[in-house]
Amino acid sequence: MDRLDSAAPGNGDVAGTGGPLRWLESQKNRLIVLTFLAGLAMFLPLISNNYVLEVMTNVWFYVMLCLGLNIVVGYAGLLDLGYAAFFAVGAYTTGILTSHFGVNFWLTIPAAVLFSICAGVIIGGPTLRLRSDYLAIVTLGFGEIVRIIARNLEITGGASGLIGIEKPSLFGFEISQISHFYYVFLLLACLACFVSYRLQHSRLGRAWQYVREDEDAAEAMGIDRVAIKLYAYVIGAIFGGVAGCFFAAKMTAISPETFMFQQSVLILLGVVLGGMGKIPGVIIGAFALVLFPEVFRDLGSSRILVFAIVMLVIMLYRPEGIWPEKKT
Amino acid sequence: MALLEVKNLGLNFAGLQVIKELSFSVQPGSIASLIGPNGAGKTSVFNCLTGFYKPSSGQIVFDGKQITRKRPYKITRSGMARTFQNLRLFKKMTVLENVMSGMHCRTRTGAIGAILRTGSQKREEAEIKDFCEFCLDFVGILDEKDRTASNLSYGHQRRVEWARALATRPKLLLLDEPAAGLNFDEKQQLIELIKRIRDELSITILLIEHDMGLVMKISEMITVIDYGQKIAQGNAEEVQNDPRVIEAYLGREEDEVA
Repeated sequence: MDRLDSAAPGNGDVAGTGGPLRWLESQKNRLIVLTFLAGLAMFLPLISNNYVLEVMTNVWFYVMLCLGLNIVVGYAGLLDLGYAAFFAVGAYTTGILTSHFGVNFWLTIPAAVLFSICAGVIIGGPTLRLRSDYLAIVTLGFGEIVRIIARNLEITGGASGLIGIEKPSLFGFEISQISHFYYVFLLLACLACFVSYRLQHSRLGRAWQYVREDEDAAEAMGIDRVAIKLYAYVIGAIFGGVAGCFFAAKMTAISPETFMFQQSVLILLGVVLGGMGKIPGVIIGAFALVLFPEVFRDLGSSRILVFAIVMLVIMLYRPEGIWPEKKT
Repeated sequence: MALLEVKNLGLNFAGLQVIKELSFSVQPGSIASLIGPNGAGKTSVFNCLTGFYKPSSGQIVFDGKQITRKRPYKITRSGMARTFQNLRLFKKMTVLENVMSGMHCRTRTGAIGAILRTGSQKREEAEIKDFCEFCLDFVGILDEKDRTASNLSYGHQRRVEWARALATRPKLLLLDEPAAGLNFDEKQQLIELIKRIRDELSITILLIEHDMGLVMKISEMITVIDYGQKIAQGNAEEVQNDPRVIEAYLGREEDEVA
């Protein structure tokens, strides 16, 4: 490794994964890369086709979902296997309110936030006293319950779901093209980053970390661990709920099968893969999640297998996630 | 009126009586000690006081309020802070962040304030930082504030725990074996520090300790327990001369005490 390190300056990728990432540790280099990427993200619709836009929109959507789950799993250290449920709550709120009651799309967002909070409290309230492995099982069950409810109620359209959800418009401008949605989801992803960052570097963010590291010591310092965990749970739920609203508006149709257990696992995978609790890591995780199956589309159904292998290799060699640890 | 009043405290673990009918009190502004041979139940008493164990019987009155069987965070909020016998720092976080945990229960900003970085949030963060730096300065490790807690020497990690406890702005500080693992010089500094906490910050101290020399030097009131029961109480001299104490405990360590 030492030999590789000495060879690294000059050509960055010699040291494998360590090389280019170490180059990123300098503040200036980071800024250059970030500016470039931000510019690319901004002007992508001008230079690419609809397929690329569709995929990238999906990436931003997963960035938001993964950042939401990251608050629960990464910040507060609670294993949640039913995150798709909150995403479903948001999507169905928008779907039902716009198609059955003719409510304006933008007004469904506060409603979705409210329902997400309720869902978060209902599931979190009684279960957050449990140890984390039991919590995982309960959240798994909760995810399935929400999906099965959606499948069996009339108002949610049963197994076939809801169709013909109206596309939203803003000041007379209808958001209908994929490039419009691209910007909407890009904005949402940026907002999610901003909120995550601010929360992480706050009294609340620190409290999550205390509880994650040592619950008893945190409690001895006067931190109500149940309340703090519930806080994380509810904020994570809001992220999922809002993402769900926009998902429903973009797809114009939702069905219970969108919110299967597999979906929850996928989002969790994005969080763990990139590096729990690290915003850039989670973003990379979301990218990998969406881009891998697309890049390997030629492999047909075996691409899921390749995806799984890549995932295993990453987890074996970088169990802390792709993004490097902060050094002090 | 006593700051802490323990009345007929009892604790059972699966039929085993760990603490039996224990009563003692701590006067405001004093340095009090709880001593006893290994396995006498000292740490169990601490865990009952701070809410980590639920006592089977008896009452604990702190600062005029019943705190028996309350949850630990509520007890800390009411003004009782503790350190742990085995260090319980947040190892991966910086020293300053560790100490900031103590200020959590004295501050209020929630998610909205954090996201919007409101004026009151910024003021509060600055206040937290100032007070935590004061606490670190008080225990003498301010220049290590940005280091990761687990990288500090053992003695300094202990001080982080102290600063963290001080940051909760306690009225009563419970110290669980503060001298364990410290060398002679560090013990002398510890004695100074305990006195300064009491004199300069007017915080009452209750400590559990094995090191008899240290206990005898600084305690104004000593409660001796054995098998979960009180066997003696008084100042250093009274306790040292009590035949039951000598029999149970000091008899074996007479040389060290003298």
